[in-house]
Amino acid sequence: MFGLQNPTKFLKFAKLVGPWLAGSTILLIGSGLWFGLFNSPADYQQGETVRIMYIHVPSAWMGMFAYSVMAIASAIALVWKHPVADHLARGSAPLGAAFTLICLVSGALWGKPMWGTWWVWDARLTSMLILFFLYLGYMALAGAFDDPERGAKASAILAVVGWINVPIIKFSVDWWNTLHQPASVTKTAMPSIDPAMLLPLLLMGVGFTTFYATLLLWRVRAEILATRIRNIRLAQIHAEGA
Amino acid sequence: MSRFIELLRRELRLALRQGSDSMMVVGFFVLAVILFPFGIGPEPGILARVAPGLVWVNALLAAMLSLDRLYQGDYEDGSLELLILTPAPLELLVAAKVTAHWLTTGLPLMAASPLLAVFLNLDATDLGVLLLTLAVGTPTLSLIGSVGAALVLGARRGGVLISLLVLPLFIPVLIFAVGAVDAASHGFPWTGQLAILGAILLGAVPLGLYASAAALKQAAE
Repeated sequence: MFGLQNPTKFLKFAKLVGPWLAGSTILLIGSGLWFGLFNSPADYQQGETVRIMYIHVPSAWMGMFAYSVMAIASAIALVWKHPVADHLARGSAPLGAAFTLICLVSGALWGKPMWGTWWVWDARLTSMLILFFLYLGYMALAGAFDDPERGAKASAILAVVGWINVPIIKFSVDWWNTLHQPASVTKTAMPSIDPAMLLPLLLMGVGFTTFYATLLLWRVRAEILATRIRNIRLAQIHAEGA
Repeated sequence: MSRFIELLRRELRLALRQGSDSMMVVGFFVLAVILFPFGIGPEPGILARVAPGLVWVNALLAAMLSLDRLYQGDYEDGSLELLILTPAPLELLVAAKVTAHWLTTGLPLMAASPLLAVFLNLDATDLGVLLLTLAVGTPTLSLIGSVGAALVLGARRGGVLISLLVLPLFIPVLIFAVGAVDAASHGFPWTGQLAILGAILLGAVPLGLYASAAALKQAAE
């Protein structure tokens, strides 16, 4: 993989790409917010509250995307034992959990004026909530061991098992929902979206992706450096003991 | 196969000699379900309506409670390392452990549920479907739970951690099991849900065995 599994090369790469990603994040989210808040029409049914969509939908995308990154990186770490893949998986988890939380909270804020309630057991809401708990479990397991290596391995296995289960959970929740959901509350389906709304949505979507990538690079850099510091300290302690 | 039976006999012998564990699981199960009439009122109609969900949620919790003893004892006294060193594949050990876990928790839970059906005013045909869903669903719980139990070996506060890892993964089983009993009580066909439960079980067999074996390997390193 372009030699990026080597931490030193990865650090160089992160230094090179990081500023560009950060810059494009500012540009994309800035312009997306401008279009979304000031230069796009209000929905004819939902009024101004539709603007929550420009935060809500991209964070839902990123919540799912970050889980896939975490699971794929975990699988790579398990099979090829690349140290950077471990760091990627661990760095991706809190970011994905945060995006999922933003999605849930903004969804509740959107639901209150639209559906008259903070929470409905809608299929998509429910599966996002379960996804959030999967993240929490992953992070709790990764941090539960005195030896960070063990935490990394155990949580990698969990991430892969969870990833296999995500479609099953999604399917079962959809099925459960169609059975129990009262017909009065239906999530606003958006079959045709106004181009004036699509532009800010896409800008925010790409902007959130670069935002995620920027933060992920930072986190991985920090983790690599923290590992090095720990190794240096261990070496010092051994040297003193000898 | 003979190795599997040998391992299974070891597990069952240990479970029998240590005694009360599986009785305690059943005790928890019955007691927890009995609490609900006090919480939501004794009207027979309401109880019969929520009975499948109650029985299943409490079966999940009871099965989860007994998970931490699945590998913990062997891990602590070192026999897990010896078992890993034997020439038999590790998946075989996991399969024996999971079977023993199901025989000492899933099966007693099934045996106790007719009693609960009486308490909760569930009628006989629904009870039959409930027992079928328990028969197909609880082995899945043991399999997925085994992955969680193997992952938390050596972790701080492993017992609490298991619930966070395993309960989200139990949700599909819960949905389809309760769905089948609900459908049966309303006179709808329910074999579809049961078939999906069976499919989940078939998927959980390789996933649970391989993932547990991988987790045990890294725990024993």
